[in-house]
Amino acid sequence: MNRAGLRLVLRHNALPLLAGVIFAAMFGLYLALQPNGIRTDVLVTASNKGVLLALIAAAQTLPVLTGGIDLSAGAIVVLCNCLASILVNGSGLQIALGVVGVLGGGLAAGVFNALAVVVGRLQPIIATLATSTMFYGVSLLLRPSPGGDVDDDFASRLTGAWYGIPVSLILLGAVLLLVWMPFRRSLTGRGIYAVGSAEASAYMSGVKVAPAKFAAYVGAGLLSGLAGLLLTLIAESAQASAIQAGDLTLNSIAAVVIGGTSLFGGVGGIVGSVLGAFILRTIGDLLFVLKASPLWQPLFQGLILLLAVSLGALPMLRIRNRLETYR
Amino acid sequence: MSSAAASGDAAARPPLLELSDVVKRYGPVTALAHGSLRCEAGSIHAVMGENGAGKSTLIKIVSGVVAPTEGEMRLDGAPVRFRSPLDAQKRGIVCVFQELSLLPDLSVADNIGITAPPRRFGLIDRRAQVRQAERWLAEIGCDGIDPRERVRDLPLSRRQMVEIAKALRHRPRLLILDEATSALTADDVERVVVLLHRLRAEGMAILYISHRMHEIRKLADTCSVYANGRHVETFAHGTRSEAEIVRMMIGRELSQMFPPRPPRPIEAAAPVLEARALTWEDRLRGVSLSVAPGEIVGLGGLDGQGQREFLLALFGCLSGLGGEIRVDGTPASFRGPSEAMAEPARLALIPEDRKTEGLMQPMTVAENLSAATLRSWCRGPFLNNVHERRAVEEIVRRMQIKAVLDLPVSTLSGGNQQKVAIGKWLLAAPRVLLLCDPTRGIDVGTKQEIYRLLRELAAGGTAVLLHTTDYDELIGLCDRVAIFYAGRINRLLEGDAITEEAIIAAALDIGAERERAA
Repeated sequence: MNRAGLRLVLRHNALPLLAGVIFAAMFGLYLALQPNGIRTDVLVTASNKGVLLALIAAAQTLPVLTGGIDLSAGAIVVLCNCLASILVNGSGLQIALGVVGVLGGGLAAGVFNALAVVVGRLQPIIATLATSTMFYGVSLLLRPSPGGDVDDDFASRLTGAWYGIPVSLILLGAVLLLVWMPFRRSLTGRGIYAVGSAEASAYMSGVKVAPAKFAAYVGAGLLSGLAGLLLTLIAESAQASAIQAGDLTLNSIAAVVIGGTSLFGGVGGIVGSVLGAFILRTIGDLLFVLKASPLWQPLFQGLILLLAVSLGALPMLRIRNRLETYR
Repeated sequence: MSSAAASGDAAARPPLLELSDVVKRYGPVTALAHGSLRCEAGSIHAVMGENGAGKSTLIKIVSGVVAPTEGEMRLDGAPVRFRSPLDAQKRGIVCVFQELSLLPDLSVADNIGITAPPRRFGLIDRRAQVRQAERWLAEIGCDGIDPRERVRDLPLSRRQMVEIAKALRHRPRLLILDEATSALTADDVERVVVLLHRLRAEGMAILYISHRMHEIRKLADTCSVYANGRHVETFAHGTRSEAEIVRMMIGRELSQMFPPRPPRPIEAAAPVLEARALTWEDRLRGVSLSVAPGEIVGLGGLDGQGQREFLLALFGCLSGLGGEIRVDGTPASFRGPSEAMAEPARLALIPEDRKTEGLMQPMTVAENLSAATLRSWCRGPFLNNVHERRAVEEIVRRMQIKAVLDLPVSTLSGGNQQKVAIGKWLLAAPRVLLLCDPTRGIDVGTKQEIYRLLRELAAGGTAVLLHTTDYDELIGLCDRVAIFYAGRINRLLEGDAITEEAIIAAALDIGAERERAA
């Protein structure tokens, strides 16, 4: 690649690259200050927590890229958490079918959102707010009280390490390399960016607008379902918690923004969101090794989010027609 | 030029595309009353007409953006209906739109290859896509554009060239250019002219919509003129004089709907507001104009020649403004609308879009009317409702607004909404009133009332600056008219010199060209 090309790549990916540098610095500091040194179990714990949020952030990225949002992402995670606590048990075959069932649940939830937004033409923010409550309702019916069980062996294998590498991290890497990268280079994947960039222009150019949006919400449901499965394997139980669902959703939106994806759509990607999720998760660990009270964590999370949004708002300073500030 | 070649065996073959008696209505509004068009392969067909003549609707129908309400469209002699732009594209009809259809966050290469990029194993092959884009950019003489650049980061004239490359990539049989040269530099226009000549020789049919006579002169084989949503005449280029074309474009009677104009005083009053060589970005290129109390000055010209920006600049909405604004002869600089509204200038701007900029739709009529003058209804920190109410009722009576004061303004008709938007500013008793197309989409009766009101205000000593796209208003209502062209005032007309011919000629920059040619 020549120098002009390199310059363009750097400029177009400035925010995700910045997120990567910040995460590397934070995680490096965390490892350096780690009292017990770098051990596999430390990495595994950090990875499991980080990958869980990273998957939800990845799910959130797809609708956001189209200029929409999925407020039900957290509720789908909780729903699939409850599903998994019932289904993922028994013989090897039963476990495999259970996993398929859990992912199918996430997919079905995504299809429901897609129908509401694309076919029903409802505003994404209010449609997914409503479906979020519905998904939570289904979770309650599935699991009225906390509990449930998953196959111990399966759980510890997927949340453990393989030759010193956390398995959850391998799972995330596989999602990025085998699902996201090819998808981004498909016509539908480009459609998602085109729709988020300028929906009317996309239509005028002959882009298939509805299928692109549909794919975004279905993809979000599927990835949230995967996150729900991982949550069950980490916690080895399930709870239909509205608070947890809301918390996960809000954190996923924060991670998406920190990773450089524009809430107006058209700009960004899943890789940035994954880095954003890692940053958010590292704050707590860093406070722990710095021996600061965990009470500081929300304050720092908010501060980092505010900084990230400010970076994205920098172009506003260039606006010279004051009316455009309000558009 | 090659009109003879085009008409060679056209009699034997049906035309590539033919529209007969096509009508398009949006609810009660008729956008196109009578559309007829014949496009032949290997020929350039120019469509002319002023703003609102129905050209854009015609183009939207041909390119599949909207479906006609009535009438027939035939492709190679067989009737067709396009369901979407993609459908039209598949049948070889591609349009380069005036408002660009590019995706700003995607790269140039992505945009050029948007619907059918080169693929490998089903996935987009980005390298091949960049090479493909390079090839098409070279084809239109724009090898300087890096295909990996984002469209958002390109200047407008480059974007327009990318849009043309994108259209050509579909290898259309009929290429439509809808004002596609409006933002191009002179060099690029020359490139496009050469390109279109070559494409015509290769047998492409080209539909060329432009306001620029000199481009039409260089390009067109056939011309069609539209006026008031109707097809007026189609003729081989060169068989009609430009004066005849202008007359065809007018084609309507001037109604007796304007209040009488008072005689011009022999000694003009001192201007209250004066702009000297205003410049802003590339939209204003040195605009100088003054307006005196008692005067209605019209701002005319084609859409987007800087009229709107000029009013926004006077009202303090633009930053980085060059030149000087004087109020009563002393230089002033407004850092925002609130400063422009304050003494001594007391400006008021009735914005173009009453839905978003002029009114707060969900709030009541009374709340909207008092919104621009809230401070004067306050006693201490609180609003004095009795006071406010009395003033609001007074203005409603004066303007004959038909409305219940406590209902949301969104429940009113368009005409009454516009009256509220104007009334809101009259409460502030402005010295200078700036209006941006105040009668667009309003019924005739309300129009007349607004004309009378503006004349009354002027008689009472207000200075009025009126931007309008309706030539009748310039002729019937204004004391002086400034015609904008490409960010400058092309011509300043006064009194009897304000005629439709003079306005259209100045708006299309025809007279100036003729002088230059002479």
